[in-house]
Amino acid sequence: MTQVFGIPVAVILGQLMLGLVNGSFYAMLSLGLAVIFGLMRVVNFAHGAFYALGAFAALLALQHLGIGYWAALVLAPLAVGLLGIVVERLLLRHLYRLDPLYGLLLTFGLALVVEGSLHQAFGSSGESYPVPPALQGVFNLGFMILPIYRAWVILASVIVCFSTWFVIERTRLGATLRAATENAPLLQAFGVNVPLLVAATYGGGVALAALAGVLSAPVILVSSDMGSSLVVVVFAVVVIGGMGSIFGSIVSGLALGMIEGLTKVVYPEASNIVVFVIMALVLILRPAGLFGRD
Amino acid sequence: MRATRVFYLLAGLFALAVPLLGIYPVFMMKLLCFAMFACAFNLLLGFSGMLSFGHAAFFGSAGYVTGWLATAHGWGTLPAVVAGTAASALLGAGIGALAIRRRGIYFAMITMALAQLVYFVCLEAPFTGGENGLQGVPRGSVLGLVALKSDVAMYYLVLAAFLGVFVFIRRVVHSPFGQVLKAIRENEPRAVSLGYDINRYKLVAFVLSATLAGLAGSLKALVLGFATLSDVLQANSGEVILMTLVGGTGTFFGPVAGAAVVVTLEEYLSDLVGGWVTVIIGAVFVACVLLFRRGIVGELAALRLRR
Repeated sequence: MTQVFGIPVAVILGQLMLGLVNGSFYAMLSLGLAVIFGLMRVVNFAHGAFYALGAFAALLALQHLGIGYWAALVLAPLAVGLLGIVVERLLLRHLYRLDPLYGLLLTFGLALVVEGSLHQAFGSSGESYPVPPALQGVFNLGFMILPIYRAWVILASVIVCFSTWFVIERTRLGATLRAATENAPLLQAFGVNVPLLVAATYGGGVALAALAGVLSAPVILVSSDMGSSLVVVVFAVVVIGGMGSIFGSIVSGLALGMIEGLTKVVYPEASNIVVFVIMALVLILRPAGLFGRD
Repeated sequence: MRATRVFYLLAGLFALAVPLLGIYPVFMMKLLCFAMFACAFNLLLGFSGMLSFGHAAFFGSAGYVTGWLATAHGWGTLPAVVAGTAASALLGAGIGALAIRRRGIYFAMITMALAQLVYFVCLEAPFTGGENGLQGVPRGSVLGLVALKSDVAMYYLVLAAFLGVFVFIRRVVHSPFGQVLKAIRENEPRAVSLGYDINRYKLVAFVLSATLAGLAGSLKALVLGFATLSDVLQANSGEVILMTLVGGTGTFFGPVAGAAVVVTLEEYLSDLVGGWVTVIIGAVFVACVLLFRRGIVGELAALRLRR
């Protein structure tokens, strides 16, 4: 068998593929963070909590209402997105005139409330969500056996990421959104309902997190702490990519997932920390982030 | 000013009399350690304008170093505490040097990520005892003279350390160095244009804060006799922010009041409501940010000004 540095190529490719699955989640989550931050200057710490809520919504819908995977893929993000709009209207909106740090603190508290409640309601053991029948089975790629579901995750996330990018960079709605980022009072003077736009953006951003949650439900255990460790990694991804850039957050999310996968082969002990080490290196060499502008 | 002096006098008398009042000394020591931790954190957030979301890294790793030296190598109490504190100073220099390259929310996210790195190192390093942590850390004695086994002796040692930290921070804030930090907090570009090497000031403030946080962590490991992962957790970083916020950011006594409120709340609530403590802490966080940004001491000071 072909080897590189004594490691079979098949193993490397296999871990790269699994890393790409993780990277898909990083990309979707950091994309949502970037969209929210771009317009609202709020670092949404509750992103991981909304991700967990998405997964739990899908799980509960299946167990109690018999709503299957495909419907949940639409309904769970919708429900969580609506909840996000409520949160924005009730809480976040009071902080826009203040230092952005308060937004981070508020959403941190919110994450504690959501994750603590989930923990109280469902315990800490976690539950599994079945892979939908249409996506069961495996592809034999020659060098590895790839479960169809994981391939679907990668495909779905790439589609979601690039359509979000397209909406923001290439449509009229996206142009309005970017205008609000540049100069909200002026846009409001032109008759655009900016508060509505802001609320919808927050809803959309957390809906993306919930969608990632539903997608991840069949590959991980659905548990209350599934988002809290992930969100720190995603923050590091965002620092590496540069928060202002939609495209940057997608690319760095996918790339870092693959690097993490590769580390699992070469030096497994470091796979948990490699993203943070890369972040430190980026800060030394290019403090504004790889795609950042400031 | 006179009211403040009277208050400090009363607070000092109370602190000295604690062992006579029948208050559980271990609880008071834990409270004082967290108060020290919050004061150290406030030096950074309140007086230099930097929000670190990773201070648990300093608090926790100092506890590990102290505990490891005292158990596995039989170091004396004071050398072990000094070594733990020095370790967190070094860690603070490393993390601080990276984090001050960005400001505001990026600074917060970077400190959080680097603290997570420290957490994983503590989880996997050979000397930390993994998930179990280090158990049975001996309190030892002060230079072989005063045995710290008794809670009362230990209490007065922790109280002395706390007072030292409190007075030291006041000194730092009122010094020319502290004034420059304030200038940087208020208007960074202006401080630059006045010729201050702001990165050096920020780094020194960061290292100071990390060092004092480490002292608090070292002492806590001695008080409770163990060092575990819960001290390095992100939740602990959040807690110290909450203490500072509840008490009053940028006030001297605020972090102490905040630590008292939060530690007491947790101590009594965990018996009453069990796991809901996290939810309540989160709700307090949200309420503080929305309604109560000046904190207890800040609101009181504002009230007095209005009169």
